[in-house]
Amino acid sequence: MTRSFFARNPSALIFIAFLALFTLAVTLMSEGLGAGLISTSFVKTLGKTLCLCLVALAMDLIWGYAGILSLGHMAFFALGGYMIGMWLMYARTEEIVVAALSQGGLPATPEEVQQGIATQIFGVVGSSDLPAIWSFAHSLPLQLILALAVPGLLALVFGWLAFRSRVTGVYLSILTQAMTLALALYLFQNDSGLRGNNGLSGLQNLPGLGQTSQDLISIWFFWASALALALGYLTLNWVVSGKFGSVIRAIRDDEARVRFLGYPVETYKLFVFTLTALIAALAGVLYYPQAGIINPAELAPIASIYLAVWVAIGGRGRLYGAVIGAAFVSLLSSLFTSGRLPDIPLGPVSLNWVDWWLVLLGLAFVAVTLLAPKGIGGLFDRFQGVIPPDRKGAPLGPDDGSLQEQEAQQ
Amino acid sequence: MTALLEVSGVSVTFDGFRAINNLSFEIGNAELRAIIGPNGAGKTTFMDIVTGKTRPDQGSVTFGERSIPLIGMNESRIAREGIGRKFQRPTVFEDQTVEANLILALKANRSPWRVLFWRPKAADLERVKELAQEVGLGEHLHRKSGELSHGQKQWLEIAMLLAQEPRLLLVDEPAAGMTPAEREQTTDLLVSLARTRAVVVVEHDMEFIRRLNCRVTVLHEGSVLAEGSLDHVTRDPQVIAVYLGRG
Amino acid sequence: MRLTALLVAALTWLAPLPALAQEAAAIVAENRDMIEKPSRQTIGPVISAIAVSGDPMADDILSAWADKRLVIRKSDDAMFLAAPEGDGFALTDLDGSTAGNAAKGDFTELKPNAGVRGLIETALVQFTLSDPDPARRTAALTSIARDPTPEALEPLRASLATEEDPALKAQKERLERFLTLRFDPDPAARVTAIESLAGDISLDTRGALNPLVATTRAAFAGDPAGNVARTLAVGRDLTEAEAYDLLVAANLAPARLTLEEQRAALAANIVDGFVGGIPVAELNMQAARDRAYTALEAAGTVPSAATDDEAKAALAAHRFFEVFVEPDATVTTAATATLASIDRKVAAMQAADLGLDALSLAAIYFLAAIGLAITFGVMGVINMAHGEFITIGAYTGFVVQLYVPDYTLSILIALPLAFAVTFAAGVAMERLVIRHLYKRPLETLLATFGISIALQQILKNVFGTQARPLTAPGWLDGALTFNDVVSISYIRIAIFVLALIFLGFFLYLMKRTRLGLEVRAVTQNPAMAASMGINPDRINMLTFGLGSGIAGIAGVAIGLYAKVTSEMGADYIVQSFMTVVVGGVGNVWGTLAGSTMIGSLQKVIEFLNPSNTLAAQTYMILFIILFIQFRPRGIIALRGRAAGD
Repeated sequence: MTRSFFARNPSALIFIAFLALFTLAVTLMSEGLGAGLISTSFVKTLGKTLCLCLVALAMDLIWGYAGILSLGHMAFFALGGYMIGMWLMYARTEEIVVAALSQGGLPATPEEVQQGIATQIFGVVGSSDLPAIWSFAHSLPLQLILALAVPGLLALVFGWLAFRSRVTGVYLSILTQAMTLALALYLFQNDSGLRGNNGLSGLQNLPGLGQTSQDLISIWFFWASALALALGYLTLNWVVSGKFGSVIRAIRDDEARVRFLGYPVETYKLFVFTLTALIAALAGVLYYPQAGIINPAELAPIASIYLAVWVAIGGRGRLYGAVIGAAFVSLLSSLFTSGRLPDIPLGPVSLNWVDWWLVLLGLAFVAVTLLAPKGIGGLFDRFQGVIPPDRKGAPLGPDDGSLQEQEAQQ
Repeated sequence: MTALLEVSGVSVTFDGFRAINNLSFEIGNAELRAIIGPNGAGKTTFMDIVTGKTRPDQGSVTFGERSIPLIGMNESRIAREGIGRKFQRPTVFEDQTVEANLILALKANRSPWRVLFWRPKAADLERVKELAQEVGLGEHLHRKSGELSHGQKQWLEIAMLLAQEPRLLLVDEPAAGMTPAEREQTTDLLVSLARTRAVVVVEHDMEFIRRLNCRVTVLHEGSVLAEGSLDHVTRDPQVIAVYLGRG
Repeated sequence: MRLTALLVAALTWLAPLPALAQEAAAIVAENRDMIEKPSRQTIGPVISAIAVSGDPMADDILSAWADKRLVIRKSDDAMFLAAPEGDGFALTDLDGSTAGNAAKGDFTELKPNAGVRGLIETALVQFTLSDPDPARRTAALTSIARDPTPEALEPLRASLATEEDPALKAQKERLERFLTLRFDPDPAARVTAIESLAGDISLDTRGALNPLVATTRAAFAGDPAGNVARTLAVGRDLTEAEAYDLLVAANLAPARLTLEEQRAALAANIVDGFVGGIPVAELNMQAARDRAYTALEAAGTVPSAATDDEAKAALAAHRFFEVFVEPDATVTTAATATLASIDRKVAAMQAADLGLDALSLAAIYFLAAIGLAITFGVMGVINMAHGEFITIGAYTGFVVQLYVPDYTLSILIALPLAFAVTFAAGVAMERLVIRHLYKRPLETLLATFGISIALQQILKNVFGTQARPLTAPGWLDGALTFNDVVSISYIRIAIFVLALIFLGFFLYLMKRTRLGLEVRAVTQNPAMAASMGINPDRINMLTFGLGSGIAGIAGVAIGLYAKVTSEMGADYIVQSFMTVVVGGVGNVWGTLAGSTMIGSLQKVIEFLNPSNTLAAQTYMILFIILFIQFRPRGIIALRGRAAGD
């Protein structure tokens, strides 16, 4: 292969160029470093959206390419957020506690600081001891390792159990949903060690950067998110464009046949499941410092379903489709639920967008599934004049996740 | 030990129905063998057992010089040991190009890490082109395999089997849905393949088997009824009674 | 204890008095001074004397006294019972004769304080215990049971002989035993009373016995005093800190310095950046602070506190025990043995109760899941909007109750109506959406999820976020109670019966009707069924409608005991899926087995960890994920070639 990576994947080049331009434009218009045309909170929204695009990429790899409809990837996303949130909250509280204790004339002992932090963080759930899972919370590197290791291990163990017993299709979806629910319910408990339904808060305050304004911090995180998205896109593009991508698409369409070719299908699934869980966790690590708060509701199964909805609306089985879907739907969603749109008067009643947005989204999603299985990405095909062969709607493979004729693209 | 594959005393039961009953079977290196039998004789189940899709209730299956036991291995492991299988219905990956299909099948390390970093070398592409030409698909390398005709898909699948370089090839009704000319081509191919490896053909078509000119095993109710040359088995009164007699 | 002593004193003091002969009026006259200025400490004997005098007026005098109606005429110090009449009093003499009316101003009212009134009330108990009105007797018993006192024992025993109502008599005997085991001066009588309760699992029995085995922890330098329950080993039964606190509490050792006190003392003694010769900056370690404090101690600037070594020595010099509050060992031994026998029986009963709970939960899951299982089995379609159909059913019931106020009638209307509404919704959904997505199960899953999101939000917009009531008919109120441990509410029984009816209905439908035959045919081999002239389209539509309709009925049933909110269906959907997954698809028995297993499991986990229902669900889901490892296709799975794997 003499042609360069970008020559073989022009869409990746276009995507990276577009992302770079977008990042530059936002930076120049931001309050922190530019003209101040867009508010800091909107910069945060955009930064968060980039993180969501990154999870959507992961979802596209596992669902669009490997045909595994996981309803658990937002759990990995949130777990990553929890792990980084633990450090943020611990380190920030430590600053406050040390400052408060030194008022008393004596420098604080480590025990006092520890006790102070525990009381400060766990007072809301009626406890004053630091749970064992916070043992590493004092260290950013350790907690960053955990932010990837915990979701990764969970995905590895769960995936191993699920794939080993050859659970596929809707069964697997339901099982991943159950896993997410179990995790969410566990975290809702006060004695889970993660503050129950209060979750972790104040994550937007970076330890040691008390003097730095949020205007600047938001831009930093925006850059980090854009960089992560770019790297994620390139990595996944590289993964799916090679033989590996060919294998996982083959698994999606006809799993049994791939087995008879000698590929250990379960290992591949586990590999993809864990890899995408790690990407989701990474996105979570960047997302929650921008969101400022994380609680168990973030893990609710519905969040993972929205993720699938984004990917489906954007067009699955193509990476840029996932990004477009996530950006489009999540921005639209925050617009509609912001309460800033005027109500639409309809005779005696008026249509409140906050109330009716979910109805609209649900129905739009059904419509996309029924009428435009290729999602927004299908528009690009039409633009490029790609017309799939007419094979009378026969499925491309016998498996549950396999592509249908009308979704097949070039 | 000359046998490549040795199946002995295998039985399997589905919901009380004995699909395979104390079946024993052997095939040596570089041998061509045809298996015939009426519907429900257990031909497909036999292939399922050898390829690891179905686990027998009892008996043993061993493969290769070192007599590796195959029972308990999963399908992909068995495939990596060198057993290839061609299904009755052509199953190629229709969403992918002919070239991608062949690259998938090409003999190489199958583990995810190695596959992730695998990039085609010139020799690999050359081999793919060669295989495609061998089955008459040289012109179609960059077409999506879903667009191919039924017969072309059959050929693509055979090319994929060749790319796998198996030591034992299990072929299920290769002649189904082929034109007479294609059949002839297929028999030639199978015969030439059997010079370097073991080939087991499950077939209904007697004419096709006659052309293969090989040993024939007759299955009936899950066990071997007769074995020998085609002429030998067609003269066997038992075979005539249960199979040919029903004609 | 003091009360018992008081009672004993009262009895001995009364002994020389000619008890029954003396009139209440005379006793009052004898003790005028004490009655006018009563003290809780000394008035007891007088009250007892009046109470046991046998004079029919005793009751009236004591009641009047307690109600502040005992008055003294200012002019001649004569004492009367007064009843307010108009602006003045209607007077009664202490011997019962009426004494005419008089103006209020002429009298001083005796106002005994609350303590004295309490004593009088207790004394009055014996009268109410023998009151002709059974309701008053019951009230008296209840009041004694609520606040048992030693004084009540004698009157209670006295009233036993004259009690004629058998139910009340049993109640009195029971209460007498409770009082005996606590207050009787004779240990043998107490032990007898305790032992007579063996195997009695009612709550009040356990409530009466438990105080007898209450213990406190205590530290002793030498041999323990009192009724020792067990010896405590420091480190195993209690921590060193707890043990030392006991010593401090018993004044056996000086209090230790808390870290806060140490910190404050050090902070107060900073001299030129040094404390006890140690620079302040170094005091960020506990060891340094200890050294600084010791230095200050040596200098005499701070009081000395027990050091670690001293504390260790003090701990070593003492022994720690759990001591029964009850001093009599025979009583505690008997009570412990009896409680153990009761606990065994209670455990058995709890198991039975758990079984009932599990069955009723299983019935609910069965109702919620059967529709899902049928659609999944026949069509391979997972309907994520199933939970919303449950909610729609419940809201249908709510709307019906808005128009039909009679609860029995409204439920009878709501059940078929809910079925009709959700059946129609299901058929509409099948025709509009699902029909187009056959053989694409993952897309169906997501499309039905879209519908679920939209439906849930629509319901929220229409009915609001607050919980709506769905009231059960009056005859379903209450619970079938076997004893204090085993009981089950009638609503749950009704749901159980409903589930049984549906099980029967389904078995009939599937095994005995043409539709059932066709449904089974489509389940097993759709292509073959189609070629046999069965219209799979029609079967799919009907099946989906049927599954949805049952969800509606389940919604009414669930709404009867849970609050109806737009999210209630979603709470059941995951359990329903688990039921289907565990039970296996396409088989009523599988769903039954699955729901029984999930229901029992949930109840058992909740029982083992009662404080935490959230954790119960977590563990249950974990269990199911593991269960799938061993039976990937559920408890009752299609096998062989039909499974199509």
